[in-house]
Amino acid sequence: MSEPRTDAKICGMGHSMKRKEDPRFIRGQGRYIDDHVLPGMLYMDIVRSPHAHAKIKKINTAKALKIPGVLAVIDGPTLAKYNLHWMPTISGDTQMVLPIDEVMYQAQEVCAVIATERYIAADGVDAVEVEYEPLPVMVDPHKSLAPGAPVLRKDKEGKKDNLAFHWQAGDKADAERALAASDVVISENVYLPRIHVASMETCGCIADFDTAQGKLTVYMTTQAPHAVRTVLALVAGHVGLSEEKIRVVSPDIGGGFGGKVPVYPGYVVAIAASVVIGKPVKWIEDRMENLQADSFARDYHMKVELGAKRDGTMTSLKIKTVADHGYSNASANPSKFPAGLFSICTGSYDLKHAFCEVDAAYTHKPPGGVAYRCSFRVTEAVHAIERATDALAQKLNMDPAELRMKNFIKPEQFPYKSVLGWEYDSGNYGAALKKAMDIIGYDALRREQAEKRKKGELMGIGISSFTEIVGAGPSRDFDILGIKMFDSAEIRVHPTGKAIARFGTKSQGQGHETTYAQIVAEELGIPAAHVQVEEGDTDTAPYGLGTYASRSTPTSGAAAALASRKIRDKARKIAAHLLEVSEQDLEWEPGKFFVKGAPQMAKTIQECAFAAYTNHPQGMEAGLEAVHYYDPPNLTFPFGSYICVVDIDRGTGDVKVRRFVAVDDCGNIINPMIVDGQIHGGLTQGIGPALYEEISYDDEGNISGGSFLDYYVPTALETPKWETDKTITPSPHHPLGAKGVGESATVGAPPAIANAVVDALRHLGVTHLDIPITPEKVWTILKNKGVAE
Amino acid sequence: MAMHKISVTINGAVREAEVESRLLLVHLIREVFRMTGTHVGCDTSHCGACTVVLDGNPVKSCTVLAVQADGSKITTVEGLEQGGKLHPVQEGFTEKHGLQCGFCTPGMLMTTSALLERNKNPSEQQIREAISGNLCRCTGYVNIVKAVQYAAEKMR
Repeated sequence: MSEPRTDAKICGMGHSMKRKEDPRFIRGQGRYIDDHVLPGMLYMDIVRSPHAHAKIKKINTAKALKIPGVLAVIDGPTLAKYNLHWMPTISGDTQMVLPIDEVMYQAQEVCAVIATERYIAADGVDAVEVEYEPLPVMVDPHKSLAPGAPVLRKDKEGKKDNLAFHWQAGDKADAERALAASDVVISENVYLPRIHVASMETCGCIADFDTAQGKLTVYMTTQAPHAVRTVLALVAGHVGLSEEKIRVVSPDIGGGFGGKVPVYPGYVVAIAASVVIGKPVKWIEDRMENLQADSFARDYHMKVELGAKRDGTMTSLKIKTVADHGYSNASANPSKFPAGLFSICTGSYDLKHAFCEVDAAYTHKPPGGVAYRCSFRVTEAVHAIERATDALAQKLNMDPAELRMKNFIKPEQFPYKSVLGWEYDSGNYGAALKKAMDIIGYDALRREQAEKRKKGELMGIGISSFTEIVGAGPSRDFDILGIKMFDSAEIRVHPTGKAIARFGTKSQGQGHETTYAQIVAEELGIPAAHVQVEEGDTDTAPYGLGTYASRSTPTSGAAAALASRKIRDKARKIAAHLLEVSEQDLEWEPGKFFVKGAPQMAKTIQECAFAAYTNHPQGMEAGLEAVHYYDPPNLTFPFGSYICVVDIDRGTGDVKVRRFVAVDDCGNIINPMIVDGQIHGGLTQGIGPALYEEISYDDEGNISGGSFLDYYVPTALETPKWETDKTITPSPHHPLGAKGVGESATVGAPPAIANAVVDALRHLGVTHLDIPITPEKVWTILKNKGVAE
Repeated sequence: MAMHKISVTINGAVREAEVESRLLLVHLIREVFRMTGTHVGCDTSHCGACTVVLDGNPVKSCTVLAVQADGSKITTVEGLEQGGKLHPVQEGFTEKHGLQCGFCTPGMLMTTSALLERNKNPSEQQIREAISGNLCRCTGYVNIVKAVQYAAEKMR
């Protein structure tokens, strides 16, 4: 579908409708968490550990408590009285809320100061004195997993090693046999470093316990408000919090990208403080706390082996990963998938043999593994296969585009069952790559590169042809803490024909208020301008698992369509009643029913809505509303091909992205403008990790990259002028043929850039570079090879 | 902590306050004057979410003390719309999809409205340089550049 079926007044699918969110945001009238102020509200600030591993010998709060306005200092032993000093993680591990006697990572929460004002709370933090006894630090996940390593999680009875989990997919012996029988095998160690979502708004909350009603309201930066409510009820039931007395409100969110899925200790401490004190307590992270203590992603050490026949036909893939999860497995993966959807690692290729495994290690780092703009480890999987594909092309001396074309799953093979168990819904990979090659002028670029190489100039061309797996998920396989990963829509049409629609998801900038309204407009013909979309308040919205993993359109978007169709079915009965014909005699076009062969006999959806409240048929319930909980039959598999051109400065090692063409296919498109914006943003979150962003630790566990001084988020100067285009291959099972798009570019861009840099250096014998590919890394190679200027 | 009486003209209105020496201008605006359009996104003057126009220049209000602003004229995002008419940059950001989550947007609007005051016809590179102190994690900047070009066209 490329042309809209509705006119601009209705503004259904395919219209680049201006966003309904924008009027408040451009006036500074968004309401983010820190903009909320409640009467009598107190402020919380957190004392954090300077050590990566240490025994807490003493916490002296006397000086802090003497400061006028400091009301309390809450520490681990305080919470232990209520058995709230530990909490479960979404992955079923456990994590300290506040420590009793030992800290396990730098910047870990040690205790919290509650005060009447923000600045006074900060004064209190400065005045708390903590005596530590530093202990040995384990930062290397390989050493952590080695036999005889000291056990980090001594809290786990009987735990004898530092393995958080082992997971695998595929037939190891079969994959190894096929590798051994291959004509060529490439083997590369590929590391995806620890990075951070760095949403422009940090995390925070206001916990407000109403002592009179016994009701807790938590305003918080969460992408999954309903799940948080249930988790709170499950973990705090023993102190009297019951689910009907918990309301979670997720206000305007200043970017989430997966970092606002987990429940962090700060939220829990603020809630405990509010329950104990009986007043609202606000906690807002500053940027350094945000970068140092939560929202981490990646940190995958992958050994990738890819085999092929001499003609380039891929034969077998094997990946062994050591994953650094920090001191707790707090990643937000579906229960059955501790390594997320990493088994999409066969990517866009028709591989008959594959095996992958992940060993997750505990280390003295903050809990990591959030699905940063990525459907549960898809970024890691795509980076591995796309890097390996280029390494294979290099070894075979084949053009990387030709090698991809040769191995793509062909359009006629869909639905395609992958060797690691997924059923890809639809795709046309060759078409996307060809389009990208045409737009960028691939052949001419190769000629230019050859000429430049003769002159000693360094230019590289990189391709990435990714396949994603998004929209979790079918409830037979997907749940989080036992809650099935459906999602919901509830639509009410008012007597005057306007509607309110509420969802279990939660936008963080994706524009749900606009796109969901367009879906309802598409299905009911009610102008999108008159569809009010609301999310994020668990007292009013239907239950759902939230927004991450590109799941909103695949799940709640589908629910919006199906709830609308239920409403349309009822409206049809009303129209038949009003027109005194049978339902079968009616035809639908967006916005009205008319009698077949007599189009002048018609009733608009607005007339049907009015009648639903004023003149509905005898025996029919009044009103016009529906709710739908959508359980997708499968995931959706968006894909695309990206090509980028880089120039490398031989004097500085700096990599400049000269051009970047992104051809995406996310099935049918609801709002082309918004989809394009999602791609632009995702690409920028691809160039960041590819060239600039990394969180690393020294041997003592001290963080590097813990503030914007050294965590280098791309500015407008580094970011190229993205060129985007699309192909459209609808999903056969989604009610709208849509697929989800939010994460494609973050997933697809890094290997395209890495491949381009390696391509620029391949004549020097370079076969792989780990990201971020910093000027220093490149310059060191140039110097060692004697080509630095 | 010493207290100081200060007076500023903010979005055309004279406002007075008694503030601690250490109070940041961004907190004067957000917490004392309760104008929450100006955001805080970092603590190292990198992100620019807190950008306001102070006596004609875009500044990061997290890096100015409230007392330093005594006697000055401040424009925040709330002051851009005049008489019910959006400023061209506000219009441009909506028309060209120059915002997503909206958190960096007020700072971007203040930086770019100040740019267009001193340069009616900025090149793409000049626009990119002007906003290089304002981080956006959502848009990838391409549409922000288009939004500013749209506004420049409107203002000429």
